[in-house]
Amino acid sequence: MHRFANPARFLRIASALFPWVSVLCALSLAAGLWFALAASPADYQQGDSVRIMYVHVPAAWMGMFCYSAMALFSAVALIWKHPLADLLARATAPIGAAFTFLCLVSGSLWGRPMWGTWWAWDARLTSMLILLFLYLGYMALADAFDDPERGRKSAAILALVGFVNVPVIKWSVDWWNTLHQPASVIKRGGPAIDSSMLLPLLLMAIGFQLYYVVVLILRVRAEIAEAKIRTLRLAAIHAAGGDDSP
Amino acid sequence: MSEFFSMGGYAFFVWPSYLLALVLLVGLLLTSIRAARTRAALLDRLKAERRAFES
Repeated sequence: MHRFANPARFLRIASALFPWVSVLCALSLAAGLWFALAASPADYQQGDSVRIMYVHVPAAWMGMFCYSAMALFSAVALIWKHPLADLLARATAPIGAAFTFLCLVSGSLWGRPMWGTWWAWDARLTSMLILLFLYLGYMALADAFDDPERGRKSAAILALVGFVNVPVIKWSVDWWNTLHQPASVIKRGGPAIDSSMLLPLLLMAIGFQLYYVVVLILRVRAEIAEAKIRTLRLAAIHAAGGDDSP
Repeated sequence: MSEFFSMGGYAFFVWPSYLLALVLLVGLLLTSIRAARTRAALLDRLKAERRAFES
């Protein structure tokens, strides 16, 4: 893994992958939308409102996946002090926050007709809301210090501490009585969902996952350029005989 | 066609979900592209200034 931690090498590999991942992402989302909106049946109980699931469930998966990735990158950044790991964690945060927000709003839009309420303070919904706040706190903290090093370190610790929330989200429907239904795809004994509905769900999930890779590459590219800009500016101050001590 | 848009009476709930997904994903993609471009341009400019300064 060490070999890929070099920013220059990362940029080379990322640039080679970028067009392929972008095309695959567009294709899977297009196919996913076709099946989700047109070529899949309405539910026998929920009617066409079940189509919200093809946005809501993959968004929820991505919210948890991005947070796990962010915590993992943060751990690597803290333990081995890899600059690239830190950039990856920071680039992941806004993507995860967007998916978590999408999950909450689409869940609310699904809850209104099916449960009769936009929102309930039950375990699954509340822990997902906490996940959104963790993302927002992480992003605020990472930029809150004049010394970027301190901000990065504090944010990485927050990401690690907050990871405890991810298993709570996953098993909240089993540990507490909630309004939210239990898992029906990732569970023991295989998915309890018909293949006509599983197909759009998986296509959308793959599309979202590839979207994550596309935006991650773009954001890490920007972060690496930003770090170089900072270095060049510091060097310019030194060359001009300036004093950059605080 | 109007049957498709009415979503069996759930149009008010289904379409906003997909619209928000579109707005969020496209918006984040575009801001990320723009950030990468402006930083790359700035970096090139700084590098050029530095070469001019050193020569």
